[in-house]
Amino acid sequence: MNNLIQTLKPRIESFRESMYLLARNKLSLLALIVLVLLVLSAIFAKVLIPYPQDIADASHIEIKLQPPSAEHWMGTDELGRDIFSRVVYGARVSLSSALGAVGLSLLIGIPLGAIAGSFGGWVDNVIMRLTDIFLSFPPLLLAIAMVAIMGSGLNNAILAISLSWWPWYTRLLRGQAISVKERKFVQAAETIGTSRLKIIFKHIIPNCISPVIVQASMDIGGVILTLASLSFLGLGAQLPTPEWGLMISMGRTYFPDKWWYCIFPGVAIFITVLCFNLLGDAIREILDPKTRKK
Amino acid sequence: MLKYIIKRILSSIIVLLGVITITFFIARVIPSNPEVKWAGQRATQEQLEAARIELGLDKSLPEQYVIYLRDLLHGNLGMSLNTHQPVATELKRYMPATLELVLLAFLLAVLIGIPLGIYSAKKKDKMLDHVSRFFSIGAVSLPTFWVALFLQLIFYKSLSLLPIGGRISVEATIFQSMPKITGLLLLDCLLTGNFALMGDAFRHIILPCITISLYPIGLVARMTRSALLEILGEDYITAGHSYGLRDSKMLWKYALKNSLGTTATDVALSMGYTLTDTFLVEAIFSWPGIGSYIANAVTSLDYPAIIGVTLFGACCYIILNLLADIIIASDPRVRL
Repeated sequence: MNNLIQTLKPRIESFRESMYLLARNKLSLLALIVLVLLVLSAIFAKVLIPYPQDIADASHIEIKLQPPSAEHWMGTDELGRDIFSRVVYGARVSLSSALGAVGLSLLIGIPLGAIAGSFGGWVDNVIMRLTDIFLSFPPLLLAIAMVAIMGSGLNNAILAISLSWWPWYTRLLRGQAISVKERKFVQAAETIGTSRLKIIFKHIIPNCISPVIVQASMDIGGVILTLASLSFLGLGAQLPTPEWGLMISMGRTYFPDKWWYCIFPGVAIFITVLCFNLLGDAIREILDPKTRKK
Repeated sequence: MLKYIIKRILSSIIVLLGVITITFFIARVIPSNPEVKWAGQRATQEQLEAARIELGLDKSLPEQYVIYLRDLLHGNLGMSLNTHQPVATELKRYMPATLELVLLAFLLAVLIGIPLGIYSAKKKDKMLDHVSRFFSIGAVSLPTFWVALFLQLIFYKSLSLLPIGGRISVEATIFQSMPKITGLLLLDCLLTGNFALMGDAFRHIILPCITISLYPIGLVARMTRSALLEILGEDYITAGHSYGLRDSKMLWKYALKNSLGTTATDVALSMGYTLTDTFLVEAIFSWPGIGSYIANAVTSLDYPAIIGVTLFGACCYIILNLLADIIIASDPRVRL
């Protein structure tokens, strides 16, 4: 037990130092708080929203396109559905889809990066050239092309984003793997005859994964934005899913007269992505040894 | 140096080949029944068969790949399923409008972003630095298509100051002929001295241009700031200080010059992102560029047009990357 505390001590201290640095930056702390609230409201969305039936295709035509009021804080849409309920529930759709897309990219990117880094030679060359090729497409464009042709829908959009996003993680993990591969414990495992694949999955990946996970969590904001853009083009989520990008796209028909329909879902996207980016920026600064010294 | 550039060009060509292969796979392996789109829903069996032959779908995949490569070498991107026109010709027609928008947005990004970055590096951790940080991160967090709508709401609906979209007013197109020299409308008006038309075109470009430039402004400001801060921490700057050189002289004469290489690279790279943003914004402002073209292609599943634009975007991106690397390589501190 004492031993465990001894080994964990530097880690705990560095974590505490990080938290201190994070707390010192008020804006990042605020971003963290807002994000926690957002995640909570996404989890408990069904209980929190005032009109739960409005997240599907309920319709109350008699109150359609009402401006914001005490009953409907963000107004109503063309079917009389409460926009506030849909926006809150939209957090659930966006966050879970973004997590799915990033998770899928990690699932492709991490093994490829580990294989490239630990095998080296032509395997490394082939995998790295492949990442070069995928990174030569402007980010959103490859996803647009893929979903447009696979057929629109939230799942296809998630798949298309992961297929265009994984190379970043492959590159990052490969860089880590190259240095870890030279460490003594990997050499020890090689000496006792552990198989190459087992070394990669049991020793190399677990020791390389933290910076990749940090990067991935910072990417969630960007992925939410990409998903919203695809839905705005009609390629992502389909009706009646309360997806933010799709809501803006639907509201365009009534814009600018019924401005609330477009504006509120956009504010939701902005706040969410902004918080992720502010936090990501703070994390980057904390992890950067140059700024940390001070 | 020259050897490096040649090596870099060769590797770009290999990447380009890879990009072409991927687009070929997306175009030929995934889609279902392009011949139906080509010949129409009510086409007979014979017409569909004819369409398959016309589109080259009757050949084996490797054969199709060779034909695809050969066509691309001749600048042939295939036929649009919608208009039955060559995609390359249509791209050429829509290109100048997009180029005009992107160039102007980048001019704005450099003119605002670099001074903002310099200023926040100079006043690090002061109020203005925080404001500029917030602005930069805010700018990259905004959904551009939403900003476009928001600007329309304010400047068109509420203030009635600027037009809601298009490249030029309808009245203007009725009473005068469009100057066609470079295809960049503002420049053409300037060259022909048609200032009334230029004013009209200018009023139309303001909103889309601001929308598109937000992202690069934020990025350029952030990058300039961090590049400058890194250089200000170098030994030679400390040495300069200890010689008693003035702060402003150190900043402008020694630090800024050395940080511009990094900034230029970032500008080049962010252009790729901006290109895609442009597509969404164009569709909202009915700007007759490549963005509106692909937005239409997406809704009507005109896959040769989609693939054509994707390939075109990737080419631009590869060339920009190449230029960025050459700029870095021309920095004497980088030894190759």
